[in-house]
Amino acid sequence: MRFLTSKLLCSFAGAMAVSAAALGLEVLVPVSERGLPKLAPIRSTVVAPGSFIHPQPGEYLRDGRPTVAPRIAARIDEPIAIMTYQVSRDEYARCVADGACKPADAFGSGDVPVTGVSYLDATAYAAWHSKATGESWRLPTDEEWAFAAGERFTGDVEPLEEDPQNPAKGWLSSYKQEVDMARQPDPQPRVRGSFGTNAKGVADMAGNVWEWTSTYYVRVTIAPAGDAVESTVDNCGVHVVEGFHRTYMSNFIRDGKSGGCAVGLPPDNLGFRLVRERDGAVARLLSRLRTLI
Amino acid sequence: MFTRREALIGAAMAAAAAAAIPAFPALAQPAADISALPRQKVSLVAPPFVHEHDQVATGGAKVVEFTMTIEEKPIVIDDEGTTLRGMTFNGSIPGPMMVVHQGDYVELTLVNPEANEMPHNIDFHAATGALGGGALTHVNPGEQVTLRFRATRTGTFVYHCAPEGMIPWHVVSGMSGTVMVLPREGLKDEKGEPLRYDRIYYVGENEFYIPRDEAGNYKTFESLGESYADTLQVMRGLVPTHVVFNGRVGSLTGENALKSKVGETVLIVHSQANRDTRPHLIGGHGDYVWEEGKFANPPAKDLETWFIRGGSAGAALYTFLQPGVYAYVNHNLIEAAELGATAHFTVEGEWNDDLMKQVDAPRPIVIN
Ligand SMILES: [Cu+2]
Repeated sequence: MRFLTSKLLCSFAGAMAVSAAALGLEVLVPVSERGLPKLAPIRSTVVAPGSFIHPQPGEYLRDGRPTVAPRIAARIDEPIAIMTYQVSRDEYARCVADGACKPADAFGSGDVPVTGVSYLDATAYAAWHSKATGESWRLPTDEEWAFAAGERFTGDVEPLEEDPQNPAKGWLSSYKQEVDMARQPDPQPRVRGSFGTNAKGVADMAGNVWEWTSTYYVRVTIAPAGDAVESTVDNCGVHVVEGFHRTYMSNFIRDGKSGGCAVGLPPDNLGFRLVRERDGAVARLLSRLRTLI
Repeated sequence: MFTRREALIGAAMAAAAAAAIPAFPALAQPAADISALPRQKVSLVAPPFVHEHDQVATGGAKVVEFTMTIEEKPIVIDDEGTTLRGMTFNGSIPGPMMVVHQGDYVELTLVNPEANEMPHNIDFHAATGALGGGALTHVNPGEQVTLRFRATRTGTFVYHCAPEGMIPWHVVSGMSGTVMVLPREGLKDEKGEPLRYDRIYYVGENEFYIPRDEAGNYKTFESLGESYADTLQVMRGLVPTHVVFNGRVGSLTGENALKSKVGETVLIVHSQANRDTRPHLIGGHGDYVWEEGKFANPPAKDLETWFIRGGSAGAALYTFLQPGVYAYVNHNLIEAAELGATAHFTVEGEWNDDLMKQVDAPRPIVIN
């Protein structure tokens, strides 16, 4: 597929993934269970609505120089039904067996998060899983992920020091911060649940598997004075990846080490979990889709 | 254009974020005199040609403005129709050469059109700081950026795309080119005597890593993203499938052979952004060669083959003495003959018997 970058098409592409399942265009014949390990039912956690401060993903410029992203008071109005655990290798294998997903880069099976998967793989799985269950599943937005991560949310590694006369100050500061985080590479995925649950009951947030979100990269230029937005450029070929820290990856990247992360602190692994779309939200999305068509 | 994000920020940011955004003082003039310098806009020319330029600078330092538009496109790289998912500066492999004089300012506007898939940037080996400008030129599809750097060192220098995490892939997909910074008084030999060229040719060498399918045929891909994983596998093997001049096998042969004539002095600039190479002019020489491409060092003389380190550009000056067809090759002859790294010169003029003569034509062996 070609990555379409116009704003309309960015959102249209996202809507399409959900709509196929929601419209019930195809009746799913589940893959044969023979030869495949029996799966535990998908467990999800319902995160209650609430408010939080959400440092915005993307890059922000003011006067032509990087500036700290705005921290927005975000409100989550409806409960979020999110998978308690990341999608496992065994679960993903069903999608591969059905011919709806490409095999992941990481080998093996078991109750271990699937890794070596790109954004494109994750959205393919979401579409397949939605058909399989007759429900609407999709990647969480960055906002939903950050809210569900709660106390484990970190966001971007932003420079502590900026000097408008000296761009190198910011680069050195970011670099030092990453070094100071002293996080050793931890590439071996572990049995699901190994990183425990957070206060909201969601497991393995910010462990050694980073997670794809449905939020695409955006660069925002803020007016020299005040808070008005001068311009935004969306790049839906790149999506926000959340975990121990936030990063950004091109949609086709399966190995975080070769992705777009800053010096010294690449994600150990790329995986994902999904959220279940509520009926009301689906209806709204569909009506938006209709106005687009 | 009004977006969801603008609405979001417009509503919420005033309340939540006023304290989070530091106020920057106005940028001081970086150097008061740059704004007073004369400006020159240069239209770039696709290789193997180079835009018009003075060899000896006239007047003082100036700001030389260039614009390059990044084009991502499929490019046929051999006669069998093998297709590279190419990424290019200004549509050509290699990207065009930019020529300035020492002390001038290069001011490049880099445009990444919205139709592209990838973010890109540019790392100038001729520039100082910010990863060669890479840290200040990152553009998404739909963005442009302008970078100015001062050309403080003379020589031929590579530039290339360098997006974090994907640098080699962008480079071996075609994103490299050359900047030439001439001494203000022009090129000189080891004694300081002026050297001039009548013609300049710019040969960019690239190696490609095209994945094959199960049957051994080269694969084609619908998009850059789809080509990435397979291409990376081939790249890691370090065995290129093609080694070419000017973006494809045979791009500088036949109708497109480089032209010269006896008595003409040609400067051949040869760049390779990723891998070592060893140019050789079959039947000719390098009269004066800056292997490393840096004009502050005296040129080597009378070379048969010269070595271009991967990630650099070199320059060789030669005055043709005989007419004929010359092959200009990478003298790893397997790469030249089997993988594509061959160009031709056709040279007009009078034959010089003193330099070479066939004394006796082939005939049956004489038995005394
Ligand atoms: Cu690039």
